[in-house]
Amino acid sequence: MESNLQEKIIDPVSMRVEGIITPPKRHHWLLDLFIQLVKTKPLGAFGGLLVLGMVLLAILAPVISPFDPDTMHGEKIVAPPSRTFYLGTDALARDLFSRIAYGARVSMTVGLGAVGLSTILSTIIGILSGYFGGRFDTIMQRFVDAIMSFPWLVIMLTIMAILGPGQVNVILALALAGFAGASRVVRSAVLAIKEMDYVMAARAVGCRNTTILIRHILPNVAAPIIVLATLGLGNAILAEASLSFLGFGVPPPASSWGRMLSGDGLNYMLKGPWLAIFPGLAISAGVFGFNMLGDALRDLLDPKLTGGMRLRR
Amino acid sequence: MLRWYILRRLLLLVPTLLLVSFFIFSIVRFLPGDVVAIMISEQGYADDEAELRKTLGLDKPLVIQYATYMKNVFRGDLGKSLWSGKPVTEELSRRLPTTLRLGLMALFWTILMGVPIGVLSALYQDRWSDYLLRSAAIGGLSIPGFWIATLVLVFGSIWFRWVPPMDYVPFSANPIKSLSQLLVPSFILSIALSAGIMRMTRTMMLEVMKEDYIRTARAKGLAGWVVVVRHALKNALIPVLSIMGLQIAFLIGGTVIMESIFVLPGMGKYLIDAISWRDYPAIQGVNLLICTWVISINLIVDLLYGLFDPRIRYR
Repeated sequence: MESNLQEKIIDPVSMRVEGIITPPKRHHWLLDLFIQLVKTKPLGAFGGLLVLGMVLLAILAPVISPFDPDTMHGEKIVAPPSRTFYLGTDALARDLFSRIAYGARVSMTVGLGAVGLSTILSTIIGILSGYFGGRFDTIMQRFVDAIMSFPWLVIMLTIMAILGPGQVNVILALALAGFAGASRVVRSAVLAIKEMDYVMAARAVGCRNTTILIRHILPNVAAPIIVLATLGLGNAILAEASLSFLGFGVPPPASSWGRMLSGDGLNYMLKGPWLAIFPGLAISAGVFGFNMLGDALRDLLDPKLTGGMRLRR
Repeated sequence: MLRWYILRRLLLLVPTLLLVSFFIFSIVRFLPGDVVAIMISEQGYADDEAELRKTLGLDKPLVIQYATYMKNVFRGDLGKSLWSGKPVTEELSRRLPTTLRLGLMALFWTILMGVPIGVLSALYQDRWSDYLLRSAAIGGLSIPGFWIATLVLVFGSIWFRWVPPMDYVPFSANPIKSLSQLLVPSFILSIALSAGIMRMTRTMMLEVMKEDYIRTARAKGLAGWVVVVRHALKNALIPVLSIMGLQIAFLIGGTVIMESIFVLPGMGKYLIDAISWRDYPAIQGVNLLICTWVISINLIVDLLYGLFDPRIRYR
């Protein structure tokens, strides 16, 4: 452990020293969280690595891909992996590696859009519902109950049936399917914080509701929201892949991993098994990473467990 | 008191059911113009927009329509399918048993696999077998079921020359063969579900094993497995029961995918077909049935929970 005491020799003859005690170096809470993650939860760190890999793949897709994902390379249909085409080609002679790299873009865009929208909706509803309570809360919870009684795939399919195909519609469908459950979690966190002494003290001093909400409630629900967002990204990627697999996701020519599986993967299973293996592997790796990371974050940020980190300043 | 708990739960049911049925009913009102145009031009459901509106019942005010719809629903009439012309209720009742069987078999595998593995994982906490099982559980949750199904199909045909039968054998014709067709899809469905159950069982077992009464049982000299099964498991499984209720909703989503891949004529496949055909009365009917189903299961699970855990009744 680094010493906090710095000593300076004032008089070399008598060896009198003057000591300065420096306050301990405080990292930003995000950095602290990261350090804890790597030290105590190696599985979560591995998940974080997978997530990073996927994000980098999405951002650097144009740089990494040897070919453009939509170019058809003549008659090299369903070619096995080789030196030129690292993962082979699909039924339209397009390079599979490039399509998977650009598929990461599709998954990340849809995932981030859906989770972003869902987080905003669920945070607003959860905080308002939990903090103000009363009739608004009761009515809101009936709505949430109603939405949660639809199975997730059925809601998404129905919304896609109404809105029609398109990437934005997929984002909307995913967000609308997911925000209800998340709002419940936020609401229970707010309910727990509402009873805390410092909230009561703030109110006694005369703080306005808005001030209390922003400065006390919001930072403390940040922890469950982060966990929800991480796990939600994993689910969003899975949901987008499922929708695309059934044919109701992001329309062609965009390369969605799910549609790659259902189209060429199933049709060419005897001649080209790689068309079924690699897109699915990509989906699994991505979702696995987010789930691992989310689990580790939940363990770290849960104040009920001893040794959990608290994000409160 | 149990009576008040049951009454409270039933009373909460009514507004939820009303909201759900209203949501489902008003779907057709949200159809954008171009979708309506496609229904006329491509599917030929009506000659012009006015006639289509009359068929869908959109010409009357919303509340009157909703009342008529609900009145019909209680008489068992869910409208007429635009695609086949037959009553939606008849189409659904033909397909419901298959989906039910698929779901029940999946639940069976789930309990068979999920609970014991969860218990083992809790008992061997933090040993390498626990880490392995927990990673496997997260893997089970992350790996998409449709990918596993695709791989099963691909490698089944490459290695074993096995192809899933194209025609579905009805249960009434040959029960054993019919159920055997459901074996593989139900097992794949259960993978994701057992992962969830396994984690919940593990968490609850870990909490219960710390309790004093477990220590007393051990001090009494009871054998290990007796303590686990008779004392710990019984208490740990109660929240697991409520999780299973939530999983029913997930299960129905999964049956949609499995029925599409393995070409099983169930409700899931009917929903997909109805969406492709833009058969909105059918979509409404399927949604209504599924939601009522999920709400009823959740109600039963809540009531059972209240029955088994007396502490809940006073909340």
